[in-house]
Amino acid sequence: MENNKSERFRRSVRQRQGAVALLAALLAPAWPAPAFAMHISEGILPLPWALLWGAAAIPFIAWGLRDLRSRSEETPWFKPLVGLVGAAVFLISCMPIPVPTAGTCSHPAGTGLAAILIGPGLTVVVASIALTLQALFLAHGGLTTLGANILAMGVVGAYTGYGAWRIARRVGLPWPVAAFLAGLLSDWATYAMTSFELATALQGSGSFTAMFSMLLIAFVPTQIPLGILEGFLCVGAIKFIRGRRPELLPAAAMGGAS
Amino acid sequence: MKRPLWLAALVLILLLASRAPVQASPWAGVDETVIEKVAEAAGRPARDSLINTDQGDILLFVFLLAGIAGGFAAGYHFRALFPPRGRNEWRGKIRRGSAMQGAAPLGGKGE
Repeated sequence: MENNKSERFRRSVRQRQGAVALLAALLAPAWPAPAFAMHISEGILPLPWALLWGAAAIPFIAWGLRDLRSRSEETPWFKPLVGLVGAAVFLISCMPIPVPTAGTCSHPAGTGLAAILIGPGLTVVVASIALTLQALFLAHGGLTTLGANILAMGVVGAYTGYGAWRIARRVGLPWPVAAFLAGLLSDWATYAMTSFELATALQGSGSFTAMFSMLLIAFVPTQIPLGILEGFLCVGAIKFIRGRRPELLPAAAMGGAS
Repeated sequence: MKRPLWLAALVLILLLASRAPVQASPWAGVDETVIEKVAEAAGRPARDSLINTDQGDILLFVFLLAGIAGGFAAGYHFRALFPPRGRNEWRGKIRRGSAMQGAAPLGGKGE
């Protein structure tokens, strides 16, 4: 009898602790503070790192260009689709969105949605064009940091979004959940990669882990809400296309397993 | 006890995050202000862009141009991929209507 009482008491304390912790976790991002964003500005990365990230991005761009040629020959509406997706990625990735939970502005990437529609290879190409235009004319990013920015937003964002989408569909999750995960995870992966690039280049004599964790944690207040927003954006766009012109979507978006 | 610990860790991370070490002015574009500050602290200050449009209202102007160009490109391809549904139906109705006696004339109220 006594044991039962104490067990019940312990369980009730655990439940209360859990509820308080969950509430605090949900409210914590509402504590205003500045945060970090994605595009790395001109001249920030030392030359060897800038060259390394640039070289790492080149094979992905080449693969994407080859993909464009072959798929355009197969499908007549493919080029307009790439044009639309490219314009959308350009606009989305240079549009600062105020994030009240952080008190700053940041921007989504749009690469998760793009990867679902045109594939990750071509998403790298459209992201590269968008980032080059932004670096040249909009003082957004830089030419020396272009490779790092392409790798973070184009490559890591696109392949993470596409991977999340494919895995979610393969395990039988409904398409809205898969689309949401693609948008959310592509956004978060982009910022994680940016933190990694900055930490590797700027750690100096300090600890890589400390710098990387600091950068990653600093992204949280902005990127939790922005990632969720990007997830919903992805779901909305896929819903619209399913309703208006489902043949533009891969079979997986229509309920198939591919 | 595992769940409260996990949640406590999450709370700690979020609280630390909300007290980010770098301060920026409210609603600042964090792309420039924050990363540049971190880079400065690490001895790698950002340089001006090759074509420096960040001067006075020039940046507003180029952003407006970029918005117009991007919006035009998006709209152009959007119309190619998703032709307006109503217009095609309307045209179809006119064609069908002209073949029927007593159909509403072009520009009329129709159905």
